[in-house]
Amino acid sequence: MSDAQKPDATRRNLIVATAVVGSAAGAGAAVPFVASWFPSERAKAAGAPIEVDISKLSPGELGIYEWRGKPVWVFRRDKSMLDAIKKTDTKVSDPQSEQPNQPLYAKNEFRSIKEEVMVVVGVCTHLGCSPKEKGAEAKAEMGADWDGGFYCPCHGSKFDFAGRVYKGAPAPTNLEVPPHMYLSDNKILIGDDKKGA
Amino acid sequence: MSTRLMALWEWFDSRMPSVAQEYKKHLAEYYAPKNFNFWYYFGSLALFVLVIQIVSGIWLTMSYKPDATLAFGSVEYIMRDVSGGWIIRYIHSTGASAFFLVVYLHMFRGMLYGSYKAPRELIWIFGVLIYLCLMGEAFFGYLLPWGQMSYWGAQVIVNLFASVPFIGPDLAVWIRGDYVVSDATLNRFFALHVIALPLALLGLVVVHLLALHDVGSNNPDGVEIKKLKGSDGKPLDGIPFHPYYTVKDIVGVVVFLAIFCVILFFAPEMGGYFLEYNNFVPADPLVTPAHIAPVWYFTPYYSILRAIPPLFHSQFPGVLAMGLAVMVLFFLPWLDRSPVKSIRYRGPYYKIALGVFVVTFLVLGYLGTEPTTVWGQFGFDAFFLDTKEIATWVARLGTLLYFLFFILMPWYTARDSVKPVPERVTS
Amino acid sequence: MIMRTLSVKRLLVALLAAPLAALALHGGAQASEAGYRLDPAPIDPNDQVSLQSGVRTFVNYCLNCHGAQFMRYNRLQDIGLTDQQIKDKLLFTADKVGETMKIAMTTADGKAWFGVAPPDLTVIARARGADWLYTYLRTFYRDPKTPSGWNNAVFPNVGMPHALWTLQGERALKIEKVKDKAGHAHVEYHWSQLSKGEQSAIEYDRTVRDLVNFLVYLGEPAAESRKRIGVIVLFVLGILFVFAYVLKREFWKDVH
Repeated sequence: MSDAQKPDATRRNLIVATAVVGSAAGAGAAVPFVASWFPSERAKAAGAPIEVDISKLSPGELGIYEWRGKPVWVFRRDKSMLDAIKKTDTKVSDPQSEQPNQPLYAKNEFRSIKEEVMVVVGVCTHLGCSPKEKGAEAKAEMGADWDGGFYCPCHGSKFDFAGRVYKGAPAPTNLEVPPHMYLSDNKILIGDDKKGA
Repeated sequence: MSTRLMALWEWFDSRMPSVAQEYKKHLAEYYAPKNFNFWYYFGSLALFVLVIQIVSGIWLTMSYKPDATLAFGSVEYIMRDVSGGWIIRYIHSTGASAFFLVVYLHMFRGMLYGSYKAPRELIWIFGVLIYLCLMGEAFFGYLLPWGQMSYWGAQVIVNLFASVPFIGPDLAVWIRGDYVVSDATLNRFFALHVIALPLALLGLVVVHLLALHDVGSNNPDGVEIKKLKGSDGKPLDGIPFHPYYTVKDIVGVVVFLAIFCVILFFAPEMGGYFLEYNNFVPADPLVTPAHIAPVWYFTPYYSILRAIPPLFHSQFPGVLAMGLAVMVLFFLPWLDRSPVKSIRYRGPYYKIALGVFVVTFLVLGYLGTEPTTVWGQFGFDAFFLDTKEIATWVARLGTLLYFLFFILMPWYTARDSVKPVPERVTS
Repeated sequence: MIMRTLSVKRLLVALLAAPLAALALHGGAQASEAGYRLDPAPIDPNDQVSLQSGVRTFVNYCLNCHGAQFMRYNRLQDIGLTDQQIKDKLLFTADKVGETMKIAMTTADGKAWFGVAPPDLTVIARARGADWLYTYLRTFYRDPKTPSGWNNAVFPNVGMPHALWTLQGERALKIEKVKDKAGHAHVEYHWSQLSKGEQSAIEYDRTVRDLVNFLVYLGEPAAESRKRIGVIVLFVLGILFVFAYVLKREFWKDVH
């Protein structure tokens, strides 16, 4: 009996060993096939960081730039807008930006590096429509307690001037702040903040 | 196996018993002769290469663009911008040549051991159909990189159809969908290459294997192992395909992969034989390359095409000869009148004939890669010489020998001396 | 039985030898279509200094008329350049390092100016071969009969003028058909220098060597990593072979 079992054990070990080495080789062979689904060099080049000059943006003006095929808003807020943001603290669902929808340097009330300049991806976090700017004067349309912000025409989500979502809106989170950094006072690089570089 | 897995398997098996039945029929209880030798690796290898080509091909279509203005660039995009893209592309281009190499050796095995003879004629016929399909795959696929060789190769081959009497010119226009090879041609060749022919190929491979497993495998002795069965009803000289031939074929696959990878990683162009240099020049309908040669696996037939002189200002005889050179393979089972299958028990006639045939095939193959001027000209005049190119005359001799191998086969195989075939396979 | 195995093996050797022999024939010294003997290009794909010198020549002398539209500038990191170096020294035809080495000249313009549109050079080395390029770029000569005033020994009546002539200077070529004592006709090439260039003959050969080295790299940027990966793959397959072979032998002990 023990004689008959011995070769069986050898075979089982050999099968396992060959299968392990074979699977490792197979996994190696799969690498190029898996890797090929990541963005290609062309996609990476098209999605490279963009430089935005904000010297021409006047207070209250919103510039739209394309980064990775998405609209990025660079918004120079004026004094009244910044005041409006303070007023909406109680109306929005995540006033302190606890949800990780922005880099750490934008995790504040105004969701920006400099108070007056907001950089945000202009895509509703609900289903991807692009919200429209509605100033505080649009009270007739938006309701008497509207302090100004953004309104998504698709499903009615409201955001304030810091891109924070109103309570009860279909959108689950605040608008996304992309990685960005100041190259100089008036030059912003969007898409890269040289983290760790 | 744990009891839970066991229970799951029983649940499955009671609902779909055919899985276990087919596994037994084709692997665990498929009895193959125990004396398979080196030549018997190429069947499973052909199947393996088919899988390689399908997988790498699917991945290539993810980035390739079948558009005359974009095709060439999309191949370079795969080679440069797609991560791992160059490996996938070289796998596919090396795989194409490997496929033919393996299939040629597989067919040669059939000729060595008479595997096409009764009762295996259908297996052989399905096999030749697979070979035809493969030629179509290779031809359509070669247009896709849209280089100069792609373009002019397709131009030349499509123009062959133009030589068909009466309908020829219309036929060529119909195949191209245009007056020259163009975007329309590229687009339809793409569809045929990635969908139509692979489907046909897979279907044919299935019937090839079904037909094989119905009658059982031949072997280097050409002995029918089913004639002698033990008391358990299993062939005395047979062993279950699984595990014995699965473990053996795995060794074959690993060795094949090693050779495959040496080419893929160290010589993907294979000196211009696997990837032709001129195909790195984008297709240009206005400039014909100085020397057009098909890829190596088509060159024996290309030589035959070039060897036949035009008749009444028509290329058709050459085209016909080339077609016949492939079609004649279908008749091999009935041309061979020998009472024995394997070359081991055949006499000198067949051995000499097969040897001459192999040399002829290789010489024709070599000449097809070269211009007809490669061996210079005869230094004398003779009234019968319509051309003084030595290579053309050698190709003509080769064409003659190629066809004589088949035409004379009923005669020399019937008259050949044979040795007695043993009852059992030899080890 | 032994005899039989031997003959099968011999057959196999013959089968394999034929294509290999053909391959060897192809690899030998070659002449261009024009019959001019090609000089072997002394290139080294691992010589980054040479590759960097080559890309400088390429960008300064070639990239005005020829593009390399499938090559991205930032890929030049392969040959030891940083994005900043690429931006400062090489980025003339594009704004971003992620862009390809395209040129502004259209095919139609090129055709009007040179007779034929200057070909894209991304994969030119894969089409022509290093030796051809190395010889071609060193064999331009003055010829008043051509529209450009230049001709080439390797590529007769080429539409391209000598782009590197300020480096090499102007040369003249006399082609003579002579017969040797046995009566075989052959062609002799007599070169002469008409005006001096900025570089000596040796310096110029080195410039062209570096340029061709770069063009070969440009043809297949992945070539060096391909060989590196290949070594690893073969090593893994070697290990797999040992296991697979031992497994096979173990099972086949049953078969008598």
